[in-house]
Amino acid sequence: MYQKAAWQVSLIGIGLIAAVYVLVYLSSGNPEEFGTVKKRMYAIRPYWFLALVTLGTWMSIDTLADLPYAATHGKAEQPADITVGVTGHQWYWDMDRTEIPAGKLVAFRVTSADVNHGFAIYNADHQVVAQTQAMPGYTNVVRHTFRRPGTYTVRCLEYCGLAHHNMTKKITVTPAETAAAPHSHAPSAT
Amino acid sequence: MSNPYQPDSAIGRPERQVVLAYMATAGAVLVLMMLLGLIMRLSQGELLGVPPQWFYRILTLHGTGMVGIAGLAGAGIMWYFLRQYVELSLGVAWANLGLFLTGVVLIILGIAVGGYAGAWTFLYPLPAHPMGMWSTWGAASFLFGLLLVGVGFLLLHLDTARAIIGRYGSLGKGLGWPQLFGHNDGNAPPPAVVASTMVLIVNILGLVSGAAIVVMSLVNLYFPAFEVDALLAKNMIYFFGHVFINATIYMAIIAVYHLLPRYTGRPWPSSNKAFLGAWTASTLMVIIVYPHHILMDFAMPEWMNVMGQIISYTSGLPVLVVTAYGAITNVHRSEIRWDLASALLVLSTFGWAAGIIPAMVDATIVVNQVMHNTTWVPGHFHFYLLLGMIAMALGFMSWLVKTYAGNTDTATDRVAFWVYALGGLGFVGMFLMGGRDGEPRRYAQHLAEWVPYDQAASAFAVLVIAATAVFMWRFFAGLRRAATAPVPA
Repeated sequence: MYQKAAWQVSLIGIGLIAAVYVLVYLSSGNPEEFGTVKKRMYAIRPYWFLALVTLGTWMSIDTLADLPYAATHGKAEQPADITVGVTGHQWYWDMDRTEIPAGKLVAFRVTSADVNHGFAIYNADHQVVAQTQAMPGYTNVVRHTFRRPGTYTVRCLEYCGLAHHNMTKKITVTPAETAAAPHSHAPSAT
Repeated sequence: MSNPYQPDSAIGRPERQVVLAYMATAGAVLVLMMLLGLIMRLSQGELLGVPPQWFYRILTLHGTGMVGIAGLAGAGIMWYFLRQYVELSLGVAWANLGLFLTGVVLIILGIAVGGYAGAWTFLYPLPAHPMGMWSTWGAASFLFGLLLVGVGFLLLHLDTARAIIGRYGSLGKGLGWPQLFGHNDGNAPPPAVVASTMVLIVNILGLVSGAAIVVMSLVNLYFPAFEVDALLAKNMIYFFGHVFINATIYMAIIAVYHLLPRYTGRPWPSSNKAFLGAWTASTLMVIIVYPHHILMDFAMPEWMNVMGQIISYTSGLPVLVVTAYGAITNVHRSEIRWDLASALLVLSTFGWAAGIIPAMVDATIVVNQVMHNTTWVPGHFHFYLLLGMIAMALGFMSWLVKTYAGNTDTATDRVAFWVYALGGLGFVGMFLMGGRDGEPRRYAQHLAEWVPYDQAASAFAVLVIAATAVFMWRFFAGLRRAATAPVPA
């Protein structure tokens, strides 16, 4: 889950910087000639600079391989199983369909009839699973495969006026087998 | 040990007075805007009943006010130090403040009376789609007020450009390019000049872009047939917004460069290639990194969003490797004279450096897709603004009244510092934790699962406001004496 990773990476980064500052604060009253301090500090700087560059390069390679933009530009390699048209209005969502089987690749074609909105799909744990902006004059295509059946909530994540916080819509994700074989009793969650 | 409270002889009393006017205005508005922030967190925490139409007006005023005073405080710091090296116009500095205050009146009128609640980002075409929530004239008053504020800052930066070119010959020389790209003769301009040159380059571009889209939005308000491409408008707004708020930090950091050495007795020279290279790189990166605000606009050219992620990573490097590391190198084993000012200045470099970590994480496209516009975003920008930029301004203000009004620290100041630092960390921590758990930003009401974060944030906000009130009380107590103190021979 990216949320958890984001939290942990941030906590480690902030914690490391805080630790360095605390150490510097605690030793600030214990004087040493500036030339010596500078020499020592500057000697280690290239190493952690390179470590940061390496970390950033690795993170870039790792995360830029799977971007969500291709479908919007008509360059998606795999066709979607289901396409859902979505239009944001002040302050409601107009959607072609709100019942979707799990396990299918769904392409939400998102636009707006008035102002900018943010089309964000929340799972039952109140976590965003996918989002894109709903913009007048443009259609953004966000693709998602629902793994777990249940009720999902679309929330607006771009401020759009008075009832912005109430601009929600429910999506029901049915078990994968229901769509393929409605009378199957096999386990539904994947 | 050098005396950190030696008044500057290179800046006259009228010049000092305009700086004090900038800082006093920023400080007074800061406390008011913090109170508005507290009201929002209390309301989200279900501890105070605020109707949504007022919540969003308060949100709009809080955002606009904070961005405005960050600009004003940053400009005050920049002006104080830059004026010691180049001939800035006193008239232009006062004109900027006059335009700022006139703009503020129009903005308040537009929000409080006209009902405007389209957020400080006035995301086109929202100002023209109030759905009965605000009047057309209210939106126009807000936008025109914003335009006046922008014009004031544009004048100020044109004046700094004129003065820097007049003294150093070109903007390239102001950035120390002869020393960066050629033989380093050790004569690069001081940090105040290098930073001010960077800021004027990026902010003139940003302000022109901002003014253009404000005017287009104004025309659209009264002539709806005049339409702007929504994606182009978004690019212009976020380019302006990103550059302007970043420039506030790049102006305020000048106080750290110029004051910290006075407390440690150690120089912080600008004439080295790492320092100059970092500032030149930042000039370019601040301009091209703005797509990280619109990563969820899938219609954007893909290369721009990829650039937004990569440049977000690289733009953290100068902050961490040069400025924050430079600060701790300057302080380490220095027997620094700790007082409220030096403590806030050191804290500010921590706040800036640490705050960019969650920001860089958020600029990762795959992370942004599940965290964009959650409270993770105000979590990171409050981190480097509250504990970074504002701490720089508060530190500078504390130093001003110590130096020119003879203020001395008391036990209250020491307590207030720690309350501010720890309360601030707790406050931003609640935003970040809420964002981790999906809490949307800019929501008048939250689900019960998110309310505990809002309530805890309210408690931390009270601490931050109490500490800031102490700082302001001390500043305003010394203001008159600081304004009238003689210039040293």
